[in-house]
Order: sequence, then C-alpha cells, then structure tokens
Amino acid sequence: MREVLEGSQAVARTVARCRPGVVCAYPISPQTHIVEALSVMARTGELADCEYVNVESEFSAMSVAIGASAAGSRAYTATASQGLLYMSEAVFNAAGMGLPIVMTVANRAIGAPINIWNDHSDAMALRDSGWLQLYAADNQEAADLHVTAFAIAEELEIPAMVCMDGFVLTHATDVLELPTQEQIDAFLPGYEPKQVLDVLHPTTIGTMAGPESFTETKYLQHLRFLDAADVIQRWSDRFHDTFGREAGGLVARYDAHTFDRDREAPGANAEDIVVVAMGSVLGTLQAALPELRAEGIPVRLLGVSSFRPFPGGALRDALGDSRHVVVIDRALELGSGGVLTGCVGRALAGTRSRIHSVVAGLGGRPILEESLRDVIRRAHSRDLPTLEFMDLKAGGIPRPPVGATEVAR
Amino acid sequence: MRQVRIHGRGGQGVVTAAEMLARAGFLAGHEAQAIPSFGSERTGAPVVAYCRFADGPLRTREPVLAPDVVLVTDPTLLGPVRPFEGLAPGGLVIVNTTTDAPTVRDAAGARDVDATVITVPATTITMTHLGKPKPAAAMLAAYAAAAEDITLDAVVQVFDARFPGAIGAANAAAAREAYSYVKAELAGPTHGLVAATGKEASDA
Repeated sequence: MREVLEGSQAVARTVARCRPGVVCAYPISPQTHIVEALSVMARTGELADCEYVNVESEFSAMSVAIGASAAGSRAYTATASQGLLYMSEAVFNAAGMGLPIVMTVANRAIGAPINIWNDHSDAMALRDSGWLQLYAADNQEAADLHVTAFAIAEELEIPAMVCMDGFVLTHATDVLELPTQEQIDAFLPGYEPKQVLDVLHPTTIGTMAGPESFTETKYLQHLRFLDAADVIQRWSDRFHDTFGREAGGLVARYDAHTFDRDREAPGANAEDIVVVAMGSVLGTLQAALPELRAEGIPVRLLGVSSFRPFPGGALRDALGDSRHVVVIDRALELGSGGVLTGCVGRALAGTRSRIHSVVAGLGGRPILEESLRDVIRRAHSRDLPTLEFMDLKAGGIPRPPVGATEVAR
Repeated sequence: MRQVRIHGRGGQGVVTAAEMLARAGFLAGHEAQAIPSFGSERTGAPVVAYCRFADGPLRTREPVLAPDVVLVTDPTLLGPVRPFEGLAPGGLVIVNTTTDAPTVRDAAGARDVDATVITVPATTITMTHLGKPKPAAAMLAAYAAAAEDITLDAVVQVFDARFPGAIGAANAAAAREAYSYVKAELAGPTHGLVAATGKEASDA
C-alpha cells in the first residue's frame, strides 16, 4: 500500500517488521523520531517479542546491543553524530567480535562548531570500524535497506550501518510503500547466530589476540570484507526480484537520459563526465542533470550504495570508458579533499582519470540543483579545479538572504 | 510540479501543516513531498517548511526556491522573511491576518508583485473552534478554497486521521469556516481583500 510517511516512521515500522529481539537506543537528533516510534510500538505491543532497553548513553546503547547480539538476539540501535562518536569504542568491538548488529545512522555533522544538520562526517569518521556502510538515496530505500541489512549482516557476521541523511530524509515526508510483515517474514530468514554466549556451553568472544595473532585476525576480517561485496549484491538482487524495486547493491546505475535508476544501464562512454555521489543528493542530481543533457553536455550519474566495503570493481565497470569523474562529497578530509573522492581515486588508480572533488552540503547547507549544474558545466569546459567547495561564500560569515532562511544555513 | 512554501512561527504547527498538505495532496492523486526546516526549534522563532506536488516521481531534495504558493501563518513575518521572494509569476499568497491584501503587500514590500493575495483570519477562526493558536487546518482549507491542488474534504480527512476525536473535529470546523470565508472572498465584490496584481491593488 502506498502511503504518505515521514522517513523516520518508515524506518521504525520496517525495523519492527524485521522482528528484532532487542532494541536499545539513546535519542539524538536527527535520529530521535526513529527510536521514539519504536519505543511506542514496544509499548503498544506492535513490536512484539522484543525487549526495548532504555540506556543512559550511546556507549551503553552499543554495549547492550553487543551483549544482546552475543546472547543470540537480533539487535538494533540507531544514532547520529556525537552519539556515534560517543559509542565508537564499542562500535569497533562489535565488528571485531563478528556481531551482526544493525544500526541506523541519521547522518549529521560533528562539532565543533555545534551543528545538528546533515552531512556525512559522522559515519565517515567510523569508516574503518569494520562495519558495513550502506547509504540510502531516498526514504523508500532507507526503509528497504534495513530488510537487506539484517540479512547481509547475519550471513556475513559483520554489523551493518544503514546511513540516511539526517533531516533531509529522516524528517521529510514522502509517498512510500513499506514491505509488509508477511513479505518480510518470507524474505528475511530468522536469525540463527553462529556464536552464542551460553552458560551451559561456556565460550569467550572478543578475547585478547597478541602480536602473534592480531595481524592474522585482521587479515581474516579483511577477507570477510572482500566476501561482503558478493553477499550485498546477491541480497540486493533478491530484493529487486521479490519487490520489483531497487534497494542497495554496490553501486546504483542510472539511465543516461531519463536519469531513472536502471541496473541495466550500460557503462559510460569515453566522452562522458560521470558524477559520483552518495545519499540523498542523488535525488537532487536526478532532477538537475537532464537540463545539462539538453544543453549537450554528456553527463552520467553513478551512485555509491555500499561505501563499506568500497565497491571498486563495480565502480570501474559502471564508469566504462569514461575517465572524467566529478565526486560530490558530503564529508571533508581536512587538507586533502572529500572522503569519498579519496576512495574513488584509489579505485581508479592507474586509469589516468581526471577526478574532481566537490565538497558540498556541509553542516546542512542545502545542495541546490543550479549549483550542481554549475560545477558540471565548469567540469565540461575544463574550468573546475581538482578541489571545489560548492557555494563557498567569500568575505567571512555570510548574511542570510531573505525569504529562504534554510538556504542561508 | 507545484511548489509550496510555508512561513510561520515555532508552535503554530508549520511543520505539521507541510506534512498534512502533502497528505492532502496525495489524497488528491498527486505525488507529494514535504520538507521541514530545522534549527530554531523555539516557540515563536521563524520557521519555514516546503511541500511539492507532481504527477511523476519527486526526486529533488533542494528547498523550494520558486514557490507557486506561499502560506504565511503569522502576519508579523511579512516584513522580516519577505515571503514574496522567488514567487512564480501569478503565484498565490495566502496570509493569516485580519487586515487586507493591500496592507499585506505594503508590509511585505510587494506592492507591484504579480500575485494573487488572499487574506484569511485563520487564527481568529481557529481560536473559536479549537481554542489554540494553531491555524494549520484553517490555512490549508483557505488554500483548498483558492486553488485546485487539494480539497476541503482531504484537509478535514488528514487532520482527523492525525488528531482523532475532539481536536480533529475542532480542526475540521475551523477548516470549513476558513474555506467558506475564502470562497465568499473570491466570489463577492472583494472590497480590496483579493488583488490579482499589485497594480490593481495599489489603484484600489
């Protein structure tokens, strides 16, 4: 049934239908609506057979998730920004212990200066925590990705973050079609943990590994991550076959003219400029780019759906013969450029590609279609630098323009 | 595509209004999207929210910069936030006020803007029925009276679904009165309340 839903409500309902055994979370904007909705469902009984644990901090939230998962329960939590950093020690432990927790990250900037708005700085800060990172382009995908995330995480025994742009998606209202309880029950296997803390069969998880074995442990973790690409693609294919719409995968391909998402779209041509992006800006790019096509600028769009593992092979396939790439980056590697650009650059090493990093939408600055078209036009006329800060205002702290206070932010 | 921008103050239900508008638009058969803005989160602070309707998929996430319709739920914002900014030519501006369209245009510095300006005492109407200064339903009903994008029935339906019982009923009553008020305003000799263009308004 198609219905009008806030993104957070869509995620909460979908998570509930995945039948988690334990939900524990500490509220922080812009994730709060998700865990509030889940707590209401736990009280009303809509979220059945689930223990909803109130905790006093994000560190405890992740610690409870670790305990619940190690005890054999499907565990879920959600956080953002400072909350993610506050739990970061436990986040790394969850991955090292192979516990398939699923966590929504409602992406938000990190202070200082204090800023509650959207960019990708929080998840990027934990990009090497050993978690999968799956990015939603819109609220439909944000809801759907949670179904595949549980399946993928549990098959791999690797925890998964589902990253959705804070406010831009979490607080936006869209027309959505949620997977029903029956559909999810048929699609998502029940959780069968491969390691369980059990007093009758004592075991240790997360023990010490000294210099004689730490490297090998990390190497095995690395190999498991290499396996993850195939598992992610397989569950995404299965979702597509079952539900008739796209959710996740490694990269998202788009039709060259309509900019509709199209898994059959051919790789780019040698003359094409390919815009690579991640998260909700993909929707704005879908709306913005047809005008450039009409102007005769050969531009293609490519989304990164799985940031961890980074899909180097799928990215190279989709780029085809193009060697001109513009990366729209929502997080900054100070002194260097965009974080996503760094990963794209490593994947394209040796291909002699021209790669621009366009840092956009930091701390909730709205990303405007016209600004995106401007950078692509300049890339086409060879007038775009290697590193560009989109809509950077010269002359210090800008004065808000009238009539569009959101734009001023 | 039709784009709507709503200006109001924290506590008036501006974000709720945008979501209810998207729901009403969906009931009218449109694809719909509502985007609230954030930050102030204080009662009385200026708040803006956006809504889009279209017949195809809505993909963009940029704020509404060139609205076809602007709703202003607090007349004291007419000066500070310049609600006519970016308005599409011939656009519709609905203001919650007890004054008239020329006064609105003067306050907004929009004397000669090509727009239809409609005024409705939405807070007064809402206080009568709901007893709280939350004029969202009355404002959306005024919109339903002035344009084809949504219907009064849809406005009543979405508020009743969100606030079942007495509050929904009070919102429905406020919506019906605001709808009738604007319909009468549009039908009758308008005594300066409606002005198709700024020029006519200033001549009146």
